Amino acid sequence: MSTPAILVDKVTVHYGDVLALDSASLSLEPARICGLVGMNGSGKSTLFKAIMGMVKPDSGQVLVNGQPPVKMRKEAGIGYVPQSEDVDWAFPLSVRDVVMMGRYGHLGFTRRPRKADRDAVDHALERVELSDYADRQIGQLSGGQKKRAFVARGIAQGATMMLLDEPFAGVDKRSEATITRLLRELAADGATILVSTHDLHALPQLCDEAALLMRKVLMHGSPDVVLQPENLAMAFGLDVMNRG
Amino acid sequence: MDLLTILLEPLSYDFMVRALLTTAIAAVVCAVLSCWLVLIGWSLMGDAVSHAVLPGVVLAYIVGAPFALGALVFALLAVTLIGVVRNTSRVKEDAAIGIVFTSLFALGLVLISVTPSQTDLNHIIFGNLLGVSAADLVQVVILGVVAFAILVLKRRDLTLYAFDPTHAHAIGLSPRRLGALLLGLLALTSVVALQTVGVVLVVAMLIIPGATAYLLTDRFSRMLVIAPVISAACSVAGIYISYYLDTASGAMVVLAQGTVFAVVYLFSPRQGLIGTRLAKARRKRAVALAR
Repeated sequence: MSTPAILVDKVTVHYGDVLALDSASLSLEPARICGLVGMNGSGKSTLFKAIMGMVKPDSGQVLVNGQPPVKMRKEAGIGYVPQSEDVDWAFPLSVRDVVMMGRYGHLGFTRRPRKADRDAVDHALERVELSDYADRQIGQLSGGQKKRAFVARGIAQGATMMLLDEPFAGVDKRSEATITRLLRELAADGATILVSTHDLHALPQLCDEAALLMRKVLMHGSPDVVLQPENLAMAFGLDVMNRG
Repeated sequence: MDLLTILLEPLSYDFMVRALLTTAIAAVVCAVLSCWLVLIGWSLMGDAVSHAVLPGVVLAYIVGAPFALGALVFALLAVTLIGVVRNTSRVKEDAAIGIVFTSLFALGLVLISVTPSQTDLNHIIFGNLLGVSAADLVQVVILGVVAFAILVLKRRDLTLYAFDPTHAHAIGLSPRRLGALLLGLLALTSVVALQTVGVVLVVAMLIIPGATAYLLTDRFSRMLVIAPVISAACSVAGIYISYYLDTASGAMVVLAQGTVFAVVYLFSPRQGLIGTRLAKARRKRAVALAR
């Protein structure tokens, strides 16, 4: 078996007295798309932060391509697509400005972009079909376009791993299909992709595998098995079954 | 009296030339910094740090150290204390900021009251533009140029930090270090502006220009030009007005900035309260005429 792209091994994280992750384990092979399913507060964001090396686990370890996350950070290998609530959409930046930020890890002291960087940004914008919107202020995009702008940032960055936090929240059906197709293309090119979502119906088309998170990884396997109602009931509580 | 005479007459006094130079430098540096402060939501932090440096400046005066050093130490102390109070008690951040900076400011006032030769130090509180000495000017120029250079050279990193610290972390930058850099520059800039408008009004120069520019453009790179230009113009205008109307010069500079903000707030074509309506009415009329 090859080295896993992401290896989360019995990771426990506390915030003060609050237990965010409880001996969570997850192993993800390269070039796969994994959907991370769980309620709010199930530890999805914390797991992302642990993979990016933003929170230090109290115990257990995280390896990215077989190495500590700090190595991957230095290579700017991890692309991150934040959830909408975490972004200040009134920030005075154009789509192109945001995508250019993907290049900063490769640039010098003042981050002055060179031609190669501008080309990489143009190419990334083309890839997500936002070339015509490059000079718009980021808040003036639709929900789906906003997500694609951040995916473009990861592409311009040359990320071999993408973490997406709720990419389908506030996104219409057509954009959802576009984003799904885009992520499948990136995975076909070798990118490893981890998507957190509670939009379950989008998962089977998008993901090679799915994982149920409730402070620990309850289950990890193919989407149609993991998304069985009795398994979801375990992660979400019985509520979801009654409603759905 | 023609316009040229009006403009040139004050320049025949050395103290007026020094006042204009000092204010213009302080205005530009503060304005550039303010672009990040208003976007991160650090206005209250700017208020806090600019007040909290007072005891540092007084102590530096007493022991004969550079003002900037004392200010920097107390700015960092203030930020640390705010963080400690917020993280280790149930007191919320705005209350923590209020407690820490007023206490440190009061400490500064007490230190001033027991320090002989109070004249210099009282000027720090309300500013003393017309009394800026040649040595003060040199200090303002050096600190101003240093702060300005760092802000301009690191502007892309600072903007990334303001917009998306998580991404900054993911690509190997340190958001913590960038935040500390910005706070350090805030302390440095406060010292520059102390000389001109004084501790109490520094916060105006640290917020108003950035907020004004934010209402005028959707591009951060343009904010970085608009804010200092407006701020410098207001400073010069404020000083001339104070010269001819015989009003307090530091306060007049701030009043000029506040007035420009009010005009932009009302009439900015993109964001202004009245400006957007006027633009809408113009479009309607154009459509009606075209029919």
